[in-house]
Amino acid sequence: MLTIVLKRLALLLPTLIGVTFLAFLLIHLMPGDPIEMLMPERGIDPARHAQLRAELGLDRPLLVQYVRYLGDLATGDLGRSIVTKKPVLEEFATVFPATLELSLAAITLAVLFGVPIGVLAALNRGGPFDYAAMSVSLTGYSMPIFWWGLLLILLFSVQLGWTPVSGRIGVIHDVPPTTGLLLVDSLLEGDGAAFASAAHHLVLPALVLATIPLATVARMTRSSMLEVLNADYIRTARAKGLSPLRVVGLHALRNALIPVVTVVGLAVGVLLAGAILTETVFSWPGVGKWLVDAVSRRDFPVLRGGILLVASTVIAVNLFVDLLYGLLDPRIRRAA
Amino acid sequence: MFRRLGMRRALIVALACMPAAIAQADPFVYCSEASPEGFNPSLFIANTTFDASSRNGFNRLVEFERGSTKLRPALAESWTVSPDGLVYTFTLRRDVAFHTSKTFTPSRPMNADDVLYTFLRQWDPNHRDHKLSGGSYEYFNSMDMPKLIKAIEKVDAHTVRFVLTQPEAPFLANLAMDFASIMSAEYADAMHAAGTLEKIDQEPIGTGPFQLVSYQKDAIIRYKAHPAYWEGKAPIEQLIFSITPDAAVAYAKLRAGECQLIPYPNQADLDAMRRDPALRVMSQEGLNVGYLAFNTEKKPFDDVRVRRALNMAIDRDAIIEAVYLGHGRRAKNPIPPTLWSYNDAVEDYPYDPVAAKKLLAEAGLGKGFETDLWALPVKRPYNPDGRRMAEMIQADWRKIGVTAKIVSYEFGEYLKRTKNGEHQTMLFGWTGDNGDPDNFLYVLLSCEGAKGGANRARWCNAEFDDLVTRAKRTPNLSERTQLYEQAQVVFKREAPWVTIAHSVVSTSMRKDVANYRIDPFGGHLFYGVDLAP
Repeated sequence: MLTIVLKRLALLLPTLIGVTFLAFLLIHLMPGDPIEMLMPERGIDPARHAQLRAELGLDRPLLVQYVRYLGDLATGDLGRSIVTKKPVLEEFATVFPATLELSLAAITLAVLFGVPIGVLAALNRGGPFDYAAMSVSLTGYSMPIFWWGLLLILLFSVQLGWTPVSGRIGVIHDVPPTTGLLLVDSLLEGDGAAFASAAHHLVLPALVLATIPLATVARMTRSSMLEVLNADYIRTARAKGLSPLRVVGLHALRNALIPVVTVVGLAVGVLLAGAILTETVFSWPGVGKWLVDAVSRRDFPVLRGGILLVASTVIAVNLFVDLLYGLLDPRIRRAA
Repeated sequence: MFRRLGMRRALIVALACMPAAIAQADPFVYCSEASPEGFNPSLFIANTTFDASSRNGFNRLVEFERGSTKLRPALAESWTVSPDGLVYTFTLRRDVAFHTSKTFTPSRPMNADDVLYTFLRQWDPNHRDHKLSGGSYEYFNSMDMPKLIKAIEKVDAHTVRFVLTQPEAPFLANLAMDFASIMSAEYADAMHAAGTLEKIDQEPIGTGPFQLVSYQKDAIIRYKAHPAYWEGKAPIEQLIFSITPDAAVAYAKLRAGECQLIPYPNQADLDAMRRDPALRVMSQEGLNVGYLAFNTEKKPFDDVRVRRALNMAIDRDAIIEAVYLGHGRRAKNPIPPTLWSYNDAVEDYPYDPVAAKKLLAEAGLGKGFETDLWALPVKRPYNPDGRRMAEMIQADWRKIGVTAKIVSYEFGEYLKRTKNGEHQTMLFGWTGDNGDPDNFLYVLLSCEGAKGGANRARWCNAEFDDLVTRAKRTPNLSERTQLYEQAQVVFKREAPWVTIAHSVVSTSMRKDVANYRIDPFGGHLFYGVDLAP
């Protein structure tokens, strides 16, 4: 197990340097001048324009800019936003908990419902439940998130008034940010009403964000289960007279879960990288919206730093998934 | 069993809190469209930032009357201008209190030191705080204040004098702009002493009707009424900006009662909003103009007959219906009708393709010609759909034999290339900054503007330039009005633009919102606004 961890960690540094290089290059290849965007219609005086370029270091050759950027990174300095003038790390720290909270809620929903649906569909292969579950999951997978989110808002928030339209918590609750996760912070404050409000606000966005991963998890669990259920060791387990619940729950599901864990791991990575559409529809102040705003404003430091931080998070999740493989499958452990 | 009970209890709490979360009506909730860039208005340029800072939390020496472009005394109770127009002397109010926060309690009312701190910080590169928070004062710079101001002097504790390098009639209006919001010198000193400099710009202390309580990026901004506000405490006790970037979601929140007012409704939703008995829509012509600029340095647009012909070939009424969805007014002058000196006697070019074709033939282009037509790639307040507008103009010009190739770039690239004059014709627009015609006519159409790039028609007409320059230098309002009226006649005759439309700005609110007024500058001000019981 330790070997797996060490091997993965050894790959970490070159991967991150690769990410910084690609992000840097792609950002600077984008058309558009961040200084022109400061005063679109009026424009900026040429002398002032040159001064601002020099202040931002944009007047130097790209390679020099990149080396300076790496030097700053080595000291933990990710730069300051051109727009807000705040440190990138400070901005990331304010938006990341919102994305983390939403992503965890969505993944929990996806696994809690996706795995049992997949198992039941596999056990009833070709039956009405299988067809219904797979049709619904295909629909969920194909659903345009923006439209789906607005549809749910109109039904549950505007027509029925069951859920709030958007935001993370009711405006009457002012919970001091300790972890940034409102569910946790409200509990730490001992404010039950704020906790309930935060949970209430989480329902629709988590449901919308969970739609695609849920469909994927359900379909993957089904196909993986079908494969495992036909394996010799399952036949042996049945022949030994084990109860169906034990066969499915202990022998089949555990082995079928490996590809499911991969899918969940990838989904977590994607969600943490920013569920931009869901965040926009529900005015959820997360990483995706932050990065898209930075693209439209050509806020280079935020983009460079944000991409690096998001990539680091995704790499960390992947590392965790790799470790899970080892836990689930002793053969992987031994091979390592 | 215990777990079940716990879950049930949580559900009960959640259900009990639902109505409170949804139907609470105590604070005034404004569904703002984005996060502010920060809270020091002198450092930033976006309307969203000004709504969250200067317009509700600060005051200026002079201000615009609510819902108007007319100036009124604010932190300066009076002022005098020297006969040569070079010296402006302001007498300050004596009873203006700054906000009190957890980290700062003011020991004195606002005085001349605060005015000096505000302007010297932006003007003097050697000022202690000039470089603070990036030290980028783009609005101050772009209004030419560094060149215009010769000296800023404290005459006594309640009198401040500005000495200019040249007479500049719009100077007073410049001082009503957001970048001129008065900050507390005492607060800045206190933060220096405490070693928390960043708080000067992040936790603002102003004199305005609302005081910042807390801010969570992309989520919420909380304010409370300033109890010692010099014009009297605001009727709204708690003001909340609930940041909601998507207009469709903001509309849903308005319907659900989660906010009382939304800033930029989708035009397609306005009719439904008007039909909703719980809502009210307020509309007003914006202080803006959407136009098409001919690059007058390039052939054949250096020929006024061609420019006039292309003016006559465009069906602007159709554009207003299709692009502005009826929420615009056909423009004939480069300034909107809400601005003083608007010349209503100017005769507009009619939509007349036959006469246009004849005029082209007179210019030796009877067989037509090819041109480019740069389409604005983003939605702007003066143009909701640049691409659609370009397609309609392309179709209109085709009828008189002019083939236009639509060109589009990413917005930053579009700005850069059109500033360099790469275009032949391009769509653009402007929203006024200070309610002075100079802010349109000089900035966008003077020879100086042609050099700097703001004059995208690159049009330099000696007669027009003389009129707008003289109007800038004279303090006499009636004389200025006459000069600007004449300038508009010259503009129309020479046709460097096709003036397309002044867009109508709308705001939607719940019926119980009382005393709200649309701000011609596109701001959202909540002093004086109340919720009807």
